[in-house]
Amino acid sequence: MIGSLLRREWQILRRAKGAVINPMAFLFLSATLFAIAAPALVIQQTSQGASAAGILWTLVLLTQLLALDGMYRRDFDSGLLEQLLVTAQVPFVAVLSRIFMQWLSTGFIIVLASPLLAVLLGLSVETLPATAVALLLGTPTLSLLGSIGASVTVGFNRGGVILALLVLPLFLPTLIFGADLVEAAQAGRDFMPQAYVLGLISLGALALAPFATLAGLKISLEMQ
Amino acid sequence: MLAALKRLWHKLGSPRWFFALTSFWVSLLGWAALLFLLVGAVWGLAFAPADYQQGNSFRIMYVHVPAAMLAQSLYIGMGVAGFIGLVWRMKLTDVFIAASLPLGMVVTALALFSGSVWGRPTWGSWWEWDGRTVSTLVLFFLYVGIYALREAIADMQLRARASALLAMVGTVNIPIIKYSVEWWNTLHQPASFGLTQKPAMPSEMWLPLLVMVLGFYALAGFVVLTRMRAEILHREGSARWVGEWIAGRRAI
Amino acid sequence: MFTLNQLCCERDGRDLFAPLTLGVAAGDYVELLGANGSGKSTLLRTLAGLHSQFSGSYETVPAVYQGHRLGLDDLLTPVENLLWFAGLEGATLSLDRILDALQETGILTEAYDNCAAMSAGQQRRVAMARWMLSQRKLWLLDEPLTALDIEAQAVASRIIKEHCASGGAVICATHQPLDLTDKTTLTLTPQLAETAS
Repeated sequence: MIGSLLRREWQILRRAKGAVINPMAFLFLSATLFAIAAPALVIQQTSQGASAAGILWTLVLLTQLLALDGMYRRDFDSGLLEQLLVTAQVPFVAVLSRIFMQWLSTGFIIVLASPLLAVLLGLSVETLPATAVALLLGTPTLSLLGSIGASVTVGFNRGGVILALLVLPLFLPTLIFGADLVEAAQAGRDFMPQAYVLGLISLGALALAPFATLAGLKISLEMQ
Repeated sequence: MLAALKRLWHKLGSPRWFFALTSFWVSLLGWAALLFLLVGAVWGLAFAPADYQQGNSFRIMYVHVPAAMLAQSLYIGMGVAGFIGLVWRMKLTDVFIAASLPLGMVVTALALFSGSVWGRPTWGSWWEWDGRTVSTLVLFFLYVGIYALREAIADMQLRARASALLAMVGTVNIPIIKYSVEWWNTLHQPASFGLTQKPAMPSEMWLPLLVMVLGFYALAGFVVLTRMRAEILHREGSARWVGEWIAGRRAI
Repeated sequence: MFTLNQLCCERDGRDLFAPLTLGVAAGDYVELLGANGSGKSTLLRTLAGLHSQFSGSYETVPAVYQGHRLGLDDLLTPVENLLWFAGLEGATLSLDRILDALQETGILTEAYDNCAAMSAGQQRRVAMARWMLSQRKLWLLDEPLTALDIEAQAVASRIIKEHCASGGAVICATHQPLDLTDKTTLTLTPQLAETAS
């Protein structure tokens, strides 16, 4: 069952590459906007590069938010979601594989693109590995907790703003520890504590999100 | 024993039984709130000694601290109610959430506002990104999220389930958010003195605070129960016992 | 195969139809009639487990559900869609069986085209192939004849008849009665009257 679920996700990803490309374009575009609008923060690095870490994480959060809005929408509109809940032997697994693919197509790509992004924002080359580690440990939380918000708002015509209201506060811990990890690396401090916390938060989200998402999807499917 | 417990549980879930049970508690909590708030306010504002550093401005604490505590308690209460409602499909829990959500938002706003007013003479600015302030602000956003969600869903039962789910998820996240904001705060703490970390407040100062806290909680109990009773009457409007109750009230 | 016991679906606290009591055995074809808004779709969604607001009770077996939204991914071809669906059920299907089913519903020539390029009726035909390929005995069909041409309507009737003959059961909400001789008709009424003939 997992095999066929993942195969479909992969086929869709190959046929609708926008799901990967558009968020990344948004990410780099907004980084450019930041550098132009606030050169004091990005180019001149007034506070020793500390702000670059924060900007990077904020942009990642917003990018994820943008991608999350469409996480279940296509499947909801076409009726695949109700087939999934009626037919799947273990809907839990189906939800988990959807979340995994969502992360793979956004969070993981961000990790891969992070050196470029970090350099654009003026982080030093030595911090690139730490930045990638922070994103690798932090972005799963965004996909997992975001999936809960997306599942509840998928039935709304304009769910985007409500989705932001619901999930951005939950993203705060990841933002704090993620930015702090990069900052610590930039300052040459030990960043293992932050890495542990980021990983722990992701594990906690992993335990919570599939069940909550399933409940949210059931609510949304009952709205029509 | 188990059967009796189960029966009690079912009874608790019945709006009618709840309505009958709470008529006494509403008036008790209402009077208690009035008493505690009067005593606490007069004691705290007029008789408690002025702070040696802050002078009289510290007295805002008698509103700020209870409001901040209540803000958090109400959210956690909503989360617990949401959990019970989702697991046992109890109607009353949504009545509780519907009743405490606006109060929670107001109290959180009050905590933020009073904190800001307090910050002006103490820190010299209306807004400081202090750890507690940020936590309370995030709490406010959590409230707003559930409020927006409830507004967006027309179906009452689905609205109940969705807000219960989100209240639960939010409650699970509150400790993590608080911890991370504290972490953030110790890193970025501006040079200011903490307000509540001061060594042992004298009892003349914290006793009125305790009374005020009790008063706030009694008031919250009163408001939530009254709103819940009104909501029950509204939702069960077509039930016979509601008609009988109204007829009984008219007769008096 | 399944029973309804005083089942009454609700929407926002409002009863949709008079309580239903019904037993359906293997081989039965039940036609669900009723005016627009009488709760046919909601009843089918309830039986599929997608709607949780009801009073009374029902016992049912795992079912194939066909709603207004077909549940086809328009980025995939019919074959890929059917493979995905079989995977959901935990079954492995040979390509031959899939192509056979597509031939029977008359959509074989488009088997490897994207569903996005198909007309509504053609997509319906793919959905019909999905019922046939499912291992589940109970079919819950919501307006299956919508957008189908005369020939495809005959195919749908035949498929349903064959399914019932082989020990399955079908509940079908429709405004166009199907051309089947042996059927139970169930009309959803808002009043406290119930017709079962």
